[in-house]
Amino acid sequence: MEKFLKMKNISKLYTGVRALDDVSFSLDYGEIHCLVGENGSGKSTLIKIISGVIPPEEGAEIEIEGRPLDISHFTSKDSINNGVHVIYQDLSLFPNLTVRENISFNVHVEKGHKLVNWSNINEIARNVVKDIGIDLDLDRVLGTMSIADQQLVAICKALIGELKLLIMDEPTSSLTKNEVDSLFTVVKKLKKRGITTMFVSHKLNEILEIAERVTVLRDGQCVGVYDPDDLSHEKLTFLMTGKKIEYTRPDESVVKDNVLLQVKGFTKKGNFKNIDFDLREGEILGITGLLGSGRTELALALFGINPADRGEVVINGKKVSIRSNGDALRNGIGYVPEDRLELGLVMPQSVGNNITVTVLDNLLNSINMIDKEKKRRAVEKGVADLAIKIPSVNSAVMTLSGGNQQRVVLAKWIATEPKILILDEPTVGIDVAAKSSIHETIKQLAARGIGIIIISDEIHEVLYNCHRVLVMRRGRLVRDAKTRDITEEQLFQIVNVG
Amino acid sequence: METKGFINRLLKRNEIYLLFVIIGLSIMLSIVNPNFLTLENLFDILRSYSFMGILAVGVLVVLLSGGIDISFTANATVAQYVMAYLLVNHLKMNIFLAILIPCVIGVALGGINASLIYFLNAPPIIITISTLNVYFGVLQFVSGGKWLYNFPVWFRNFPKVSVIHLVNPEGIPYGLSILTIIWIVIVVCTFFILRYTTLGRKIYAMGGNTEAAKRSGLNVFQIQMFVYCFMGLLAGVASIIQALLAQTVAPNAIMGRELEVIAAVVLGGASLAGGSGSLVGTLLGVSLIATITNGLTLMRVSSYWQNVFIGLIIIISVSITALQRKAVARRVTAVDVEE
Repeated sequence: MEKFLKMKNISKLYTGVRALDDVSFSLDYGEIHCLVGENGSGKSTLIKIISGVIPPEEGAEIEIEGRPLDISHFTSKDSINNGVHVIYQDLSLFPNLTVRENISFNVHVEKGHKLVNWSNINEIARNVVKDIGIDLDLDRVLGTMSIADQQLVAICKALIGELKLLIMDEPTSSLTKNEVDSLFTVVKKLKKRGITTMFVSHKLNEILEIAERVTVLRDGQCVGVYDPDDLSHEKLTFLMTGKKIEYTRPDESVVKDNVLLQVKGFTKKGNFKNIDFDLREGEILGITGLLGSGRTELALALFGINPADRGEVVINGKKVSIRSNGDALRNGIGYVPEDRLELGLVMPQSVGNNITVTVLDNLLNSINMIDKEKKRRAVEKGVADLAIKIPSVNSAVMTLSGGNQQRVVLAKWIATEPKILILDEPTVGIDVAAKSSIHETIKQLAARGIGIIIISDEIHEVLYNCHRVLVMRRGRLVRDAKTRDITEEQLFQIVNVG
Repeated sequence: METKGFINRLLKRNEIYLLFVIIGLSIMLSIVNPNFLTLENLFDILRSYSFMGILAVGVLVVLLSGGIDISFTANATVAQYVMAYLLVNHLKMNIFLAILIPCVIGVALGGINASLIYFLNAPPIIITISTLNVYFGVLQFVSGGKWLYNFPVWFRNFPKVSVIHLVNPEGIPYGLSILTIIWIVIVVCTFFILRYTTLGRKIYAMGGNTEAAKRSGLNVFQIQMFVYCFMGLLAGVASIIQALLAQTVAPNAIMGRELEVIAAVVLGGASLAGGSGSLVGTLLGVSLIATITNGLTLMRVSSYWQNVFIGLIIIISVSITALQRKAVARRVTAVDVEE
């Protein structure tokens, strides 16, 4: 069968670093292809070359529909003219405009149009939506819609031109199960019309369900092209990292008998209902569930940001009331948010300042100024405890890798000496190798007697790093089990099907 | 069915609440002072607020594009002073030159703002605060702070031109001023630009998501140039109106009004973050401030208190918007709890 896209000898150098090294890549007409690899494996560079944003090094050969390209003069406009559209993670839409105008926006940009032809804009949008058979309110302002619907708008927008290849960067990372399903329905419809779809991801997730072929990149090289039926989670991890990562259930001997935290009848209207569980010293407890199951709301309630209406919280046998995050901190509860870049760290500030920001009161000297020596010791302890790799404690946090940033957030909370630490999606957006080292750190913290709660929607992460797992669905706790008593398939069933 | 949907859609817009507030206030004011709700007073308000109303239209366009302009009062002052100087010292001036000169100066100063913002890639607020000081400082130095008056007769007669001639019970004639007509024409033109030209849609798009606008191939510099020059043009027009109303030109008469104008536009629902806002809202924002000021004047409240009232009204209206947003956010995060 003839290929839609053929690429050979693709290399790219960035100031001496080889981002891509002699990669070959191809796409069939109408196939659903998945490109996976860790951060820095060269995925984005490859997309940028396909979409004409950057040129490859000399000697590269690219053919689209059998026509060889003049690679030194290949621009993003040429790429669009060849029917290639990229939907980036941020979607590149206009949140303040209506769906109809977003879909037809490129009509404004076309040359020679000074005046807006609203009936034309209307018709174009209506036809596209009807064409792929989805239900979108064209009059709605885009910003008021869910990410999933916005993504559909982005697809519709790509369909306005002559679409032959749709490239989607991390399309499923913030979607619920149902939303992923409806995205896949649309992609299958595109396939029927002969449109090729390429998913790009570093997550080992649903995308594998729908992909027909998978290309794995590692360190700028193509590891191989695989049939997804032959790939298990473990095998794919190995292909992406080149390392064999051992997956075992965590050691239960660190869990003490002493109950740290007891939650009874925890209820908040429209968030969660009748939640009961307890957490022991040294235990790692996973709370999982689909997006919108109430897991994050529950975590925020325990930290006092989203206080519960009813229910009891008992810490070390003493009943406490948690109405604000100040209450939570006083009772030894720490919370690491999911969005560490926005909520967890002051990015332009140094590692040292970030680590000590939670404990400034403990660093004061006799005249209530910050004691430099005390601060230095606190920072050193944090850096050593969590094995943060940095050139200097004065480096700005934004210059660190995702994994090290996440360690700085952890260090900042460990400095408060919490008894209970809640981690919301602790490894989201971090690649596989860094992930496993964060998991190692979490286990070490637990071994010191801290009770840890991990909120995560990655079944794999919960199963192999927690002693016990709670599954939430529609605001209710539907399962409380030890991870050693449950298999990956069973847990998947409970979370997704019920 | 149709009308019900229309009313529902109307109620969803923030502007409608502003209209309710204005109507409520007007009823209260006319109970206290029957002179408030007369056509004569309405025409008078429309005449004296055409200056602020025109500036507000310009500010709206700048805010929509995701920018901000603080310098427009200095811009207007410079334009106005040059015009007035020529009027007083050169007999060859006529009405066309008197309109053309301030407009050209306004556009030129706006162009300087746009260029600095684009080429220095600096925040518009910093650039325009700086240019405000430069434009105003240079004017003060050159003019020595001297007031200008004694304008030609035709310049004194022009603002008296009006349409719809009526006579009040005391026998004094009044009408809809030419200045108000200029304001209305500007509003209609701006509405057309924003709604029916691709340039207008690009302004909205750029304010909504600059990065996406660049990726869609929009020429950011061109759009910024238009937006700040348009603001400059309207500053020029507004400066003529102010000179016509006051019949004296002082280098500091317009200065300090910039925050009041921006407040009126924001009160009308425009976002300082860019991309959202409407002309109807802006007009209502200006009307609200006009209603309060005029009503309080009719009630003989000191002008110091008027400032306090305007400040309070802005705080209240911004809190309503903030509370609404909070309510929406709460609805979004709710979980469909199984009962």
